[in-house]
Amino acid sequence: MSVELVAYVAFFLTMALTYAVMCLGLNVQWGQTGLFNVGVAGFVAIGAYVSALLTTPDAPDRFGGFGLPILVGWLGAALATGLASFLVGWLTIRLRADYLAIATFGVAVTVQLVALNLQSITGGPFGIGFIPRPFANLAGDPLAFSLLNLGVLIVVVALLYLALEHLLRSPWGRVLRAIREDETAALALGKNATRFRLQAFAIGGAIMGLAGATQAHFVGFIAPDNYVPLLTFQVWAMLIVGGSGNNRGAILGAILVWGIWAASAGAIASLFPPDQQARAAALRIVLIGIGLCAILLLRPRGILGEERIVSRHLARLKPARRTASNPTSPEP
Amino acid sequence: MNPQLIMDGLIAGAMIGLGAIGITLTYSILRFANFAHGEMISWGAYLALATSGLLGSLSGALLKPIGPFSFGWSLPLAVLAAVALTAGLALLVDALLFGPLRKRRSAVIIMVMASFGASLALRSLLEFIFTSKPVYFSKALQIALPLGGGLRATPDQLLSLAVAAILVVAIHILLTRTAIGRSMRAVSENQQLAGVAGIDARKVIRTVWMLGAGLACIAGVMAGLLVQIRPYMGFDLLLPLFAAAILGGIGSVPGAMLAGLIVGLAEALGVQLIGAEWRAAVAFMILVFVLLLRPQGLFGRAE
Repeated sequence: MSVELVAYVAFFLTMALTYAVMCLGLNVQWGQTGLFNVGVAGFVAIGAYVSALLTTPDAPDRFGGFGLPILVGWLGAALATGLASFLVGWLTIRLRADYLAIATFGVAVTVQLVALNLQSITGGPFGIGFIPRPFANLAGDPLAFSLLNLGVLIVVVALLYLALEHLLRSPWGRVLRAIREDETAALALGKNATRFRLQAFAIGGAIMGLAGATQAHFVGFIAPDNYVPLLTFQVWAMLIVGGSGNNRGAILGAILVWGIWAASAGAIASLFPPDQQARAAALRIVLIGIGLCAILLLRPRGILGEERIVSRHLARLKPARRTASNPTSPEP
Repeated sequence: MNPQLIMDGLIAGAMIGLGAIGITLTYSILRFANFAHGEMISWGAYLALATSGLLGSLSGALLKPIGPFSFGWSLPLAVLAAVALTAGLALLVDALLFGPLRKRRSAVIIMVMASFGASLALRSLLEFIFTSKPVYFSKALQIALPLGGGLRATPDQLLSLAVAAILVVAIHILLTRTAIGRSMRAVSENQQLAGVAGIDARKVIRTVWMLGAGLACIAGVMAGLLVQIRPYMGFDLLLPLFAAAILGGIGSVPGAMLAGLIVGLAEALGVQLIGAEWRAAVAFMILVFVLLLRPQGLFGRAE
């Protein structure tokens, strides 16, 4: 296999894994808790911009550029986005379920607007460049550079996966599930549904912010155009295809959907004349939209679906319950 | 401060109000936030544009401007056809997507997500057919007439305001004085009980889609006539629409219209005070304040 091919595959997988992180964040909010976030792009953008501001070298024409280490940037991104999610959740989670959807939609629109217009902080339409990339000193050797970056993302995804699996099986994760399946019963057991939902929403948001930051540092450049509603939509498609409620499904869906997306971009570039490519790209989005609706109608569980029993104790004590347990689609 | 912002705000508010009536009706009767409603506005505008172009090519006389307005008879005729076509589109989406989900008793939030998918597909389909280049009903320039008090408005703008006012009164009468209106309110109160009382819920749902889509189409034509037609025109209105529907109180038609005017005026004020590029944030601020201070809206009931 040629060096270019390996480098390309590594690049593709790294990109796909940044989406996998977003998917894992969305899975905490939607898959495990049933909270609908229509503003994924906005939360990812907050993370990307915060990390970019913290780590880029000092820039004369805008605020900041603090030149801090990359890890500080990532941590700051996760904290800032978690805080933003907490505020949005605090405002809406106690209200009707779809008010959260409307509010997150508003967040996405507003974040995009701020990124575009608050030129003195976000760089305006031109965005922020020169975001430090991990292992930048190796950029002369594309193979080592791309493999090391892939390694970083694999470590991030693996750590997140292990942590989230642990959370999912912990008492905390099981309460979330109980609230999602039957809120009245959970309330009767003395669980404060609003507080648990709020925690899950903030944790999911923080993970999305981390995803935005890792992606920004991997690409090295961010602009408002990266965080349009289409991004929200892609992340949703990934989670639904892979299987919401299942962390492995979230990762699998991200790689699969990103693969289809990248391949269809190549197909459009080679099949259509240049003047028709914008139209063909629109048609591609139509197909993805119809695809998402079709999955919701035909196979709402996705490829992997949710594990029915997550508690170790229950699985050990009553293996027969596995088949008898209730269906897993999220109920209001 | 420039008094003209009142006129600009009222006109934008009338469009937002008409769209928000559709949102508030689907929300109170079908019980989910329909993110695809903005696309009914865009599709309505493009359908009217295509029909109007077709009529114009059949008979040039239809293109001759009527009196002081910028358009000929082809546009009013096309609007009638476009309202019917947009209503048909809404029924089609319901038959293919929301109907089967309802039958399966899917969670509210699955319906919201499906509407999100439908919104993206419908919007991109417009982009595919018509490309993203803005288009116009008429290239004619209109002179704004002075109305006194420093206000100016073009004949098209005044006509739009009048049409919006008539439509709101008509919808209000429909909901409060007719049998189908009473059925709609009954289903919005309690679907099971309404079914027991012999109300055909499917007919009510069909009516809601047709009403909402028809009003959205007219809002789209107004936006096309007064601003421009783009595939994103409806999507960009979505946040003001939701803000108006929630501010007015879910289920309240006069509330949606009044809140639409408030959002429109606030946007015009915001444009004047902080700049046009922040227009979209005004609706978000209103939304945040309503959710903080009075989540049930002006005319809604606390749950």
